[in-house]
Amino acid sequence: MTPSVLAGLVGATLVGLGLYGLILHPHPLRKLLAFNLMGSGVFLVFGIVARRGAAAGFRFDPVPQAMVITGIVVAFAASALAVALILRLSEESSRVTLDPEAWTKPNGGDAK
Amino acid sequence: MDQTQWRGRKVTAELGTTTPGGYLLVLAILLPLAGIILSFTPGGRNAERATLYSTPFGFALACAIAFHVGQAGKPIVYAIGGLPPPLGIALRADGISAVMLIAAAVIVTAAAFYARTKFATPDGIRETRSALTFWIMLQAIWAALTIIFVGGDLFNLYVALEILTFAAVPLVCIDGRAETLAAALRYLLFALFGSISYLLGVALFYGAHGTLDISLLAQRVQATPVVWTAAALMTAGLLAKTALFPVHLWLPPAHANAPAAASAVLSGLVVKGSFFLTLRLWFYVLPALPTDNIAAILGWLGSAAVIVGSIVALRQARLKLLIAYSTVAQIGYLFLVFPLAAGAHAWSAIGWSAGLMQVLAHAFAKAAMFFSAGLLAEALGHDQIARLGGAARALPLTFLTIALGGLSLMGLPPSGGFSAKWLMLQASIASGQWLWTLPILAGSLLAAGYVYRILAPALSDGEVSLELPPKRSHEMIALALTTIAIALGFAPQTFFDFLEIGHPVAAGLP
Amino acid sequence: MSLLPYLDIGLALLVVVVAVWTIAARDLFTSVVGYVAYGLLLAFVWIRLYAPDVALTEAAVGGGVTGVLLITAGKRLGALKNVAPEAQPGLAFRLLTGVLAALVAGALGAVILMLPDPPPSLAPEAAAAADGAGAGLGNPITAVLMSYRSFDTMLEKMVLILAVVGVWSVGTDKAWGGAPAPFRRPKPYAPMVFLAQMLAPVGVLIGIHIFWTGANAPGGAFQGGALLAAMWMVTMMARLAEPPRIDAQWLRLALVAGPAVFLIAGLAGEVVAGSFFAYPPALAKPIILFIEAFMLLSIAAALPMLVAGPPSERVDQ
Repeated sequence: MTPSVLAGLVGATLVGLGLYGLILHPHPLRKLLAFNLMGSGVFLVFGIVARRGAAAGFRFDPVPQAMVITGIVVAFAASALAVALILRLSEESSRVTLDPEAWTKPNGGDAK
Repeated sequence: MDQTQWRGRKVTAELGTTTPGGYLLVLAILLPLAGIILSFTPGGRNAERATLYSTPFGFALACAIAFHVGQAGKPIVYAIGGLPPPLGIALRADGISAVMLIAAAVIVTAAAFYARTKFATPDGIRETRSALTFWIMLQAIWAALTIIFVGGDLFNLYVALEILTFAAVPLVCIDGRAETLAAALRYLLFALFGSISYLLGVALFYGAHGTLDISLLAQRVQATPVVWTAAALMTAGLLAKTALFPVHLWLPPAHANAPAAASAVLSGLVVKGSFFLTLRLWFYVLPALPTDNIAAILGWLGSAAVIVGSIVALRQARLKLLIAYSTVAQIGYLFLVFPLAAGAHAWSAIGWSAGLMQVLAHAFAKAAMFFSAGLLAEALGHDQIARLGGAARALPLTFLTIALGGLSLMGLPPSGGFSAKWLMLQASIASGQWLWTLPILAGSLLAAGYVYRILAPALSDGEVSLELPPKRSHEMIALALTTIAIALGFAPQTFFDFLEIGHPVAAGLP
Repeated sequence: MSLLPYLDIGLALLVVVVAVWTIAARDLFTSVVGYVAYGLLLAFVWIRLYAPDVALTEAAVGGGVTGVLLITAGKRLGALKNVAPEAQPGLAFRLLTGVLAALVAGALGAVILMLPDPPPSLAPEAAAAADGAGAGLGNPITAVLMSYRSFDTMLEKMVLILAVVGVWSVGTDKAWGGAPAPFRRPKPYAPMVFLAQMLAPVGVLIGIHIFWTGANAPGGAFQGGALLAAMWMVTMMARLAEPPRIDAQWLRLALVAGPAVFLIAGLAGEVVAGSFFAYPPALAKPIILFIEAFMLLSIAAALPMLVAGPPSERVDQ
């Protein structure tokens, strides 16, 4: 089992794990963590594509690796934005929840 | 520099080499980006100035691009850095790109002028949070949409999608209330899931075919499990970003609680960006594959969105939430383009025109509706539908705008919305897919229901007191947009022929 | 007999175990610590994939700076003390999500095993272009980032600016223009101060070195910038420096320097080299290094500002 295949399967596992956490965890910060896990799994898939693309005297295909570097920075920026929103939300209200029911005012929701 | 020196394989001329007028594509992208830098560095009122001064230039660039595309009769291309794909990145503008660029320019300009009063920096203060944020994010949305409409490389488009998300999310929570912060956070998480799913698909495409250029991929794709999985992942991500049923939950609170100018751009343009990429994926990258089943699934989801969105809209107490759910419903119509324009049949062009017409008509009508809702909320101090009795007499222009916009949403003639739905019905019948006529007609009926819900109390007897009379210029902006939505109903055949420029099946490309 | 396959399998298992631990952990802090450990382990996986540039970036940004961000977030959330416990999802929902996740992971794994052989690659094109558009750079990844796909990199610099504005926009109106809250308690923590005084200068030198050698060896502006950013954060954590006011002109200039220079160079390319974002062949490498230097500055400025958060009225917490 070459490192590429192994890393690819690890990447697939991480994507599944991250998706599980993203959907399941109620707290937004845990969702963010799960998203980062999923993201790193996706980057691993890029990585094995790069490793498999070894040719012409290179040990790897540089294009997917460059994409991963871009992706890591973008994922970090996204995490920073999410964290800022989460912290501000917890300052503004007593609950940090994404539950839509929490924000339904008595006279502002559905016309029941 | 001779490009053939480093091209490993022969690339068809029209795929990767720069054509006359291609430089306009780069300028169109760089204009708002330069605006952001000029807004951010000095700060203060420069943000507003940069946006407002750049709008005529952006509009001119969009028109120039449309002119070149129309003249050439085929897409204009620019290979960035002079390096063609697969190693370099290409930009491509075809008929639908040009039309969307113009629409984006008009709506962004309208939003910019509409928002001048609300997001102006008051005298005596150097810089405010909401002003700097609004103007920078508006330009960023414009830049991102431009890249989405002319981008030819899937990873480039991923970065554009991220820019779009990062720009739209702060606009949702710009007023700082807990409610909008939660809506913004939910939007962000859905959007991030969408981006990462899209990116995973991109990885698989590259792993399978060694390129991310849309035209090159179209030549190389085959119906393998890798390609299907990649397509499914990218589509799932894009659907989450477009808020198609059943992943639409983030949209209504986000769009309804944002400021009116932001809601107009969010509902009118931002969701169309990810939809546009779904079109690019299925009609430009994957037409060689047997896509009938997927097209049907997308059509079913779209139909469900039309029905569910309209029904929930009927039950809303707040005007802005009603309009937001109407967006969910109208987005459903967009996905009927997949079964109706698939393949190389005689009716495919009709379905294609229908889909684009729906995009444009909805963009203008919905932007106008949100502007009107904003005017209404400011003038009356609330947006409760139950308390709108007699408001039409107090705000005649605003309600005229809402009525005309409603006309387009319902699909009554003459309007762009009618044109779109009429073409969809034609395509359904011509293709033998009679089933799609049901959601189209039912959606129109339900839309009539919720438009009636807004207009009936407003036109009835009653007295409302205006807290603040609306500014005439704002009302005119909203009215202008809704007039465009109506005028689209009179689009000549040349308009529909223009939309076909670059459409792969029409052009005979694989 | 080589140990390497066993080490590889061991590393893979370890990564998965730590990832599972991160997801399954009961409380937030454990989860965050798990994630940081996971990030560092991943760097090893990247080394095994012959991706030292990515390993550097993953360790610095993915593990390091993201870790600081998440730990700071967890701390501030804990300090706010008004996070009500949420309802844990029911068993049926867990099962359903688990099945979905397993399906996705399974499909992805299967498809990865089905990737074509021989694998398509742009390495030959990159090698052929190395002396032309590649500006003779010894590091092909830098060539991709700064030449072949420079447009992506320029856009990504704009992403950073937008993220900074987005983070700042979440603050209150009253606090606008001020500085973000300090990183730590007012009382300087002696070991931290010592670490900062020792580490920061060395780290800055190493960061600049990593940027400079990135032209021909693993490294570049991103990795160097992340290290410089970390050094600035360490100094702020030791209270040797404070987060700057967000309306400070030098800060704004530092943040836009990268994208602005990139944009100007890109525009100039049309005049000087025949195409936007092209480089004149003789001057390509110096121009690239020039742009990267400003990118280094912008990344080093942006990352700490993203961690510092929005402007705050609190002077000392």
